Amino acid sequence: MDVLERIDQIVKSNPVVVFMKGTPQMPQCGFSSRTAQALQACGKEFAHVNVLMDPEIFENLPRYQDWPTFPQVYINGELIGGCDITLEMYQKGELKKAIDEAVA
Amino acid sequence: MTVQEIIEKKLADNFNPLHLDVINESNNHNVPEGSESHFKVVVVSPAFAGKNLLSRHRLINTTLADELKNSIHALAIHAYTEDEWNETSGGAPMSPPCLGGGK
Repeated sequence: MDVLERIDQIVKSNPVVVFMKGTPQMPQCGFSSRTAQALQACGKEFAHVNVLMDPEIFENLPRYQDWPTFPQVYINGELIGGCDITLEMYQKGELKKAIDEAVA
Repeated sequence: MTVQEIIEKKLADNFNPLHLDVINESNNHNVPEGSESHFKVVVVSPAFAGKNLLSRHRLINTTLADELKNSIHALAIHAYTEDEWNETSGGAPMSPPCLGGGK
């Protein structure tokens, strides 16, 4: 399967997914760590992909939604943004609302 | 020009900002001294009015596409309109510490 199809399938089959460096339990980048913490604080399960363990996704994810950096958070198949946007939405209460709606 | 100066110039030229901070945060990370790899930008501009966060970040990512591709490893973006900036009491959030993942 083409890597972009593989990414698309991951995004479409999980209501909430973060592509990050490391895992929520053992993040390997400060931005990924904070993003995963904000998602965890919303209290619902979410999927994650460790891009450091998947070189093909690491190389190609930036062109999937034309977004150059990691982490990337997708809710309901749509790109939410990276660390700064996820954190800002969390602080405004918008992240929890979006996640609750996505997993409902 | 240093990478920092290029970023400053591109953002100043493209966004006509009321306030612009370009902060080299590379020292907080696992890179050689004097590196220009990790930056935080704070841009306050009328260009962001009526645009959601994703669109604002896209505008900045596009403006700095060459730098993101070739020299910058990490870019923290804080993009505000003038009204929003006044409400933040003048401070963008702190960037996280490095956790050493590399790449």
